[in-house]
Amino acid sequence: MDVLVFMIPIATGLGLVGLCAFLWALRSGQYDDIEGAEYRVLQDD
Amino acid sequence: MCCGDNALAYLDAHASWHDGAKRLSERDLSGFVRVQPDGSARAELAVEGVRCAACMAAIERGLGALPGIASARLNFSERRLAVSWMPGRTADLVAVIEKLEGLGYGAQPFDPRRADEPEKAELRRLVRALAVAGFASMNVMLLAVSVWAGNVSDMTAENRDFFHWMQALVALPAAAYAGQPFFQGAIRGLKAGRVTMDFPIALGVVATLVMSVFETATGAHHAYFDGAVMLLFFLLIGRVLDQTMRRKTRMLAENLAALRRDSAARVDENGRVQDVPVGELAAGDLVLVRPGERMPVDGLVERGTSQADMSLVTGETAPVALAAGDRVYAGALNFDGALTVRVTAAASGTFLDEVEALMSRALDIRSRILDLASRATRLYVPLVHAAAALTLLGWLLAGAGWHAAILNAVAVLIITCPCALGLAIPAVQVAAAGLLFRDGILLASGDALERFAAIDTVVFDKTGTLTLPEPRLAEGFATDPGLLETAARLALSSRHPMASALSQLAGERTPFAGAKEAAGLGVRAVVDGVEMRLGSPDFCGARAAAQAVLAWYPDASVICVRIGDGGPVALPVHQALRPDAIETVAALKRDGYRVTMLSGDRRSAVAAVAARLGIEDWSAELSPQDKIARIEALGREGRRVLMVGDGLNDAPALAAAHASLSPVTAAHVSQAAADAVFLGRSLEPVRTVLAVGRRARRIMMQNLWFAALYNVFAVPLAAAGFLTPLIAALAMSGSSVVVSLNAVRLRFDRSAPRPRPDAPAGRAPQQAAPALRAA
Repeated sequence: MDVLVFMIPIATGLGLVGLCAFLWALRSGQYDDIEGAEYRVLQDD
Repeated sequence: MCCGDNALAYLDAHASWHDGAKRLSERDLSGFVRVQPDGSARAELAVEGVRCAACMAAIERGLGALPGIASARLNFSERRLAVSWMPGRTADLVAVIEKLEGLGYGAQPFDPRRADEPEKAELRRLVRALAVAGFASMNVMLLAVSVWAGNVSDMTAENRDFFHWMQALVALPAAAYAGQPFFQGAIRGLKAGRVTMDFPIALGVVATLVMSVFETATGAHHAYFDGAVMLLFFLLIGRVLDQTMRRKTRMLAENLAALRRDSAARVDENGRVQDVPVGELAAGDLVLVRPGERMPVDGLVERGTSQADMSLVTGETAPVALAAGDRVYAGALNFDGALTVRVTAAASGTFLDEVEALMSRALDIRSRILDLASRATRLYVPLVHAAAALTLLGWLLAGAGWHAAILNAVAVLIITCPCALGLAIPAVQVAAAGLLFRDGILLASGDALERFAAIDTVVFDKTGTLTLPEPRLAEGFATDPGLLETAARLALSSRHPMASALSQLAGERTPFAGAKEAAGLGVRAVVDGVEMRLGSPDFCGARAAAQAVLAWYPDASVICVRIGDGGPVALPVHQALRPDAIETVAALKRDGYRVTMLSGDRRSAVAAVAARLGIEDWSAELSPQDKIARIEALGREGRRVLMVGDGLNDAPALAAAHASLSPVTAAHVSQAAADAVFLGRSLEPVRTVLAVGRRARRIMMQNLWFAALYNVFAVPLAAAGFLTPLIAALAMSGSSVVVSLNAVRLRFDRSAPRPRPDAPAGRAPQQAAPALRAA
């Protein structure tokens, strides 16, 4: 089962990528106006 | 969802009552604009009247068309607008506000120094910690479940160790980051000589992690990394909820403050008038207070004479004459003359100084009341630590050796780690705050709920609390509807606050052409050769009529009207009761509360209101000391008092009472002292707050008992050494879910008071008008 030595860190690393993506989204203000975003998506400009 | 947010709508409706008489073009707003490092200017505004997506597009496109605007972005959840100008262009904030008014939205700028909010930063920090803890618990749990399965099948020792080390690799840095709020809290508490709830959490997490690393290094079957990070994850959910509630409350309070326009017209040495945020004024500055405005600050009158309504300060409704050298307080309503006021710092021996001294003493006493959470912590912490110590000793005495003894002692620490206890109270507080918010009540702190639950006596202030903050035409006064309509249209041309009682009744919203206001006297207009006057009895030659009306309405003031050569008519104007004051007082008495009224106003006015409301227990002409003394006397009788008041003179009583409530029109000092602030004209929030407080406390107690019961079962299990990581994970997550669900039950309780049917759109002045005309 030597393959585990690679697979488990890779899986954890993928999770880490997801965490970084969330932290980036938080930092760049994606969650600052959740109510507004649901309306903005409908605006055509 | 659109237009469904009652609290915001009340807020909007309320803010528009405060529209001052100040003309916008006279205002210089450069004090509200902040220049960015790149040379562009930026300002933030609170916007009222935003209801749906179309509003957002209209505002952003409308402002984008203005010259010099680089961007305009509306934050819909916060009802705040950020405007920035292109570098090098002058920031014309007045143009922006005028444009918004043209589009149908009211807007007021924020004090730029208020922009960096500590609440927002704290919330972000907690959300980041929550994200890290969530990521870690998912990944660690994934590996942990593999080990649990492997332990009962054919996992090799090398693979198990590898899985444990991987868990350590994820859990240790994650716990070091996500646990910071608790570690810091524990250290802060210890430095202050207190053991807070953070201490057992921090101790439990650290002990678990250290033990798990040791177990991993020795190749043991079990490690508890998953328990430690899951604990942090659940507790952080509680913290994030709590912080979200705080931030929402504060944000709304700030919007409200901006829309109430906490700004002052400062006069510089060249006589130029500029609008500045109140916070920017320094002692010694000169401030212009125009007719119909509220005093923005405390100070001494430098020039001018006027009358003022000091009811927000003293509770006294009769107008007070002001001349140079008189002292004025923030919140007093200036009637008919322009005043120049020199700002003073709170000097010793003044009324305000006295109020503040009384207040700080009362707040000091209140801070010694222990809330439910601290009482639970006090009981819980020593018990848990004793249980862990006993386990350690017990196993050592039984001859089990250090390793097994420590292992089981740490197991006790983990399993008792207050997942359920940490969520039991905050989850209920958040649910209750949301419920109150829906009804237009902003809760200042979560621990006020349990104090609301204990109340058995309700003490009301009169002016501005049982009565509406603005004057109204006396009920039951019958007169010719045509005359009333004329008087109302004349009143539209006046800035006098008493005239607003009439102008609300005008059917046609246009003032008479050519109507002129003479300060201190009244309004005069000539239409089709007929002279019409509205104003003081002397101005209309109506002294006799005024005397006659005052004999009927002892608590009223009069405003007179005369058309052509016809006889003058005196109209009684007084501070009317809140629309549901009578029902609310009756319902409180029916529910078994003792109802008392303490007022600073004169005896005859208080007696009239007390008789109408059916309050037998009342006192008049009280100073702030008298009020606080009455509240303390009630407290010594063993009564738990809810104080409802708005004036500066109520502030010490609000702080001294077991719990307190203020209308949103209250003086700043009073609002700061109150546990909750309610919006709107109804008095129903008093009952809502009491009912929600009682239910919240009941659910908190249920949660605490559940947490206790959980420990009664879990601790012996852990102490006996039966606690596997699997049982720990199930027990911790299970108990957290149970308490959270129980808290959510508060929102779906059938006995919940219904949101008030009076929609914010139907504001009372318009509703009252037809009834009066019919009379």
